[in-house]
Order: sequence, then structure tokens, then C-alpha cells
Amino acid sequence: MNSIKETQQEIVEEFALFDEWMDKYEHIIELGKDLPLIDKNYKTDENLIKGCQSKVWLHAELKASKIIFTADSDAIITKGIVGLVIRVFSNHTPQEIIDADLFFIDQIGLQEHLSPTRSNGLLSMLKQIRMYAIAFSTKADA
Amino acid sequence: MNFINSDKIRKDFPILQRQVNGKPLIYFDNGATSQKPQQVIDVINRYYQHENSNIHRGIHTLSQEATNAYEKARTTVLQFINAKHNHEVIFTSGTTGSINLVASSFGKKHIHAGDEIIISTMEHHSNIVPWQMLCEEKKAILKVIPINDKGELLIDEFKKLLSPKTKLVAVTHVSNTLGTINPVKEIIKLAKTAGAFVLIDGAQAVPHTKVNVQELDCDFYAFSAHKMFGPTGVGILYGKEAILNELPPYQGGGDMIKTVTFEKTTYNELPHKFEAGTPNIVGGLGLAAAIDYMNNIGIANIEAYEHELLSYATEKIKKIEGVRIIGEAANKASVLSFLVDGTHPSDIGMIIDKLGIAIRTGHHCTEPLMNRFDIPGTARASFAFYNTKEEIDTFILALERALKMLL
Repeated sequence: MNSIKETQQEIVEEFALFDEWMDKYEHIIELGKDLPLIDKNYKTDENLIKGCQSKVWLHAELKASKIIFTADSDAIITKGIVGLVIRVFSNHTPQEIIDADLFFIDQIGLQEHLSPTRSNGLLSMLKQIRMYAIAFSTKADA
Repeated sequence: MNFINSDKIRKDFPILQRQVNGKPLIYFDNGATSQKPQQVIDVINRYYQHENSNIHRGIHTLSQEATNAYEKARTTVLQFINAKHNHEVIFTSGTTGSINLVASSFGKKHIHAGDEIIISTMEHHSNIVPWQMLCEEKKAILKVIPINDKGELLIDEFKKLLSPKTKLVAVTHVSNTLGTINPVKEIIKLAKTAGAFVLIDGAQAVPHTKVNVQELDCDFYAFSAHKMFGPTGVGILYGKEAILNELPPYQGGGDMIKTVTFEKTTYNELPHKFEAGTPNIVGGLGLAAAIDYMNNIGIANIEAYEHELLSYATEKIKKIEGVRIIGEAANKASVLSFLVDGTHPSDIGMIIDKLGIAIRTGHHCTEPLMNRFDIPGTARASFAFYNTKEEIDTFILALERALKMLL
């Protein structure tokens, strides 16, 4: 099992293959198309993170002290990036997530997708992931 | 007959010479804001370099010059919309500021419990929320004119909504999302017959078409400078003299008063009653420069040319499989909203941005309208007179490329 840092490095290496923006987007779109990210039952309003541009659904559950994240988006590029975020954070302990340093989005040149003007729900999703980690960590302590 | 020389016009807009993501910029987001010609930028620069001073209060030469220039700008606006008096032209921060002014001052004077305000399904949030807030405060009722699938107002339904309880009708002249040009003259006439006041949101109309407020006979007309090639942060509220005179002031402060004592303040006359504080002076001058620029090209020429661009783009985009145009009113301004089966508008927007093309995607601040069509949003290309058919060709190629990736 890779650490959060290792998975991010792996993604950075994967994206290093692409020089062109279009190739990068094509890869993200393929990732978005491939992934059945979330159980239909979890695609609820409760799990909805509403952006101005696109919607993101995020579901979290604790299994054997690790958080399993599943997610989806109605926009395919957002979905592809959401898939990458899930790949990085899912299946880790709350403490590992709280301590993690997120760098892959910057390094593969997708930081613009985190800008508030994009309002695609990604930024809120990252905040939500952290909130889940904090919530689950207090639960684990109790 | 086409009187627009786009090669020459494009040279007036410095930003159109730049590249975005390594490609020549194609700017199709004019519905959000328009670009500014050098003539407007020069006026703004010159003001801060040579003319800056506060207005309506200085004894010195600079202040006098600035006051004269600002009041001359007001006259330019008066002529642009054919208002009757200079003091019917109120400088505001923009369309949103204008509508909020009316909601506040008109609301205080004329809206009471049980009164009704009518808006339409295709309103921008800024012509919905101020009325909702007012209705909530005054226990008044908000009614909404429905539209058909083409995106046209149902005038017969509007007639049914009108009653002696109707105090105000607030509708948009041109829809920012659908491009629909509403029959505002007819709407105003019907509203007047029912004894209601009328506000027209002209933000999307003034960049495209000649507006004559006296001929329309509306009570209020609101618009922004930045959508008509002027600077951001300044706009206009036109109001009929007799109505404005009756309304209480909006904000308190300098310039809007006649005398102030701690016991009692008397208010200044129009238009100053509604212009508290130091205004956006340079904004007013920039707006006047934008009007001069548009007049030089000729608004009828602008309208005809943009209509040609819209027809050309509509015809081309319809040939792409799976394209659905949102907004097919018989009478349309140069706004092309669309969806493509199996894709999300934001994906299209992101990809063609990488090809240097700026369009808008999302709900365009018209969420109730999106709900009416049961769609999450649209991709919207909106054209100005500096756009060209060649740019539309490039946009269509880029769209086809995006769809190849997405589908």
C-alpha cells in the first residue's frame, strides 16, 4: 500500500509524459470515463457539494480504521480530477489524511481547477475530505 | 449591407491583440463583460493624469473642470437613452446597484402588505433577489411570468397576472442566457393599463440596440457601463422625474443633502438625492467615452452586424450532431446558449479555453431559468461587433475537437 505521498509522486510521474495540454485533458477525461466512482445510493443531496459550474458527490466511510472515499461529478474533467484525489486519499487513516501535504495538483499543472473562480466543487471537496478525517479521528479517539 | 469594418475596429481594442494559452484570444464572453476600446482607456488615463479632482464641492479650477466633465457625461447618457431631463439620469455602481436603489426607495414608498410585484422566469438573479428581499420585508407577493420552450415570455399569462394589486413589473429587456429580446413596449403598456410601475433591466440591451426611454414609457431603466465597452463599477438608473422626486433617498452621505443639522436634514434635489458620497467620476467619463465610441460606429450598424454573426454561428453550430440550442426566440440578440448531448458545458468551456476561446458556462446567474429547462447550465457564446465570422469558424472547429475528446 502506497503512502499518500507516494501515490501523489506516482501521479506526477504519469502526467510528466504529457507535454501538451490537450493530451493531459485527454488523459483526465479517460480517467473520468473509466471510473465507477460512487454507489448510486450515495449520490444523495446530503453528499452533494454544489459548485457554480459542476456538481461533486463525496461519500466517506470508516473501514478497519481507514477512510474509504467514493465520489462522482456530473462533469467529466472534474470527475477525472476527483478520481485522482480519491486515489490519493482513500484507504488511509484519518491521521494520515490530516498530516498529508497535497502537492500533486500543483505539480501536474491543475491548480487552476482549485481556484474559487472555477467553482467546480473541487476545492470544497478537498475541505470536505479533511473535515471527514477530523471527524473520524475524534470518533476513533472516543 | 454591412457597415462594420472589423479589421479597423479590432485595432481599437488592445486586449484583442493578446494571446491566451499560446493562441490568439477569441473573446465570446461579451454577455459577462465587454472589452474596452483605446478611446475609453485613454479617457480613464487622462483623467487620473491631468484632471483628477472631487466634484460638486470645490472652488478651484480642477474641481470645476471635473464637475463639468461629469455633468457633460450625464448629458451624453441622456441623449443615448433619450431621457427628458438630465436629472432623470442617476449614476450608480451598475445595474445591480440601480435595481437595489429602486427596490429600497420605491419599496419604502409604494410597496405594502399584499401588494404584488411581477418579474419573469428569465430574470438574472439581480432582478429577482432584491424583489424577493423586498417582498419578504413588506409581506408582498412575487409573481413570475412563464415562458415557452423557445424562451419567449407568455404575454397572455402575463395579462392574467396583472391586477389592481400589481404595484411593479420588473423584467429584462434582453435575456443574458437566452438572448431573447422581450416585447418591452407591449409589456410596459399592459402594466400601465393595470396601474403598475415598470422597471426594465437593460444590462444586455444597451450594448446591442437603440433604447429610447420616452418612447418605451418605462418608469425605470437600469444598465451597466461595463457591458457596453465602458469601465466596471458604474451604471445608470433612469427614472421619470415625477416618480424619482416622490421617492425617499437611498443612501445617506455627502452630496445628497441640502442642509444638515443634528435635528433635521433636508435632501438635495435630483439627481444628487440618489448620489450619496463621491461617485465613480472616472467611471462616468469612461461610460460617456464608450457611448461616443458606439455612436461613431452607429448602433444600427452594430445591431445589424451582430445579428449577422448570430445567424452565421447558429447555422454552423446546428450542423454539429447532438447540439441543442437553449433560447430560440424569434427576436434574439447575439447570445448563443447551447448544450451538447452527453457532455457537460463546463467540460466544453475548459477545453476550448485551452484553445484560446473564452465562453461562459454554468447557470449564468439565472438558476430559476435553468430549472425551467431542467438543465444544469449551458455553454454560452455571446458576440460583440469586434468579433468576426473567422472567429466563429475557429470556435466551431475547437468545439468539434472538444466533442471528439469528450464523447
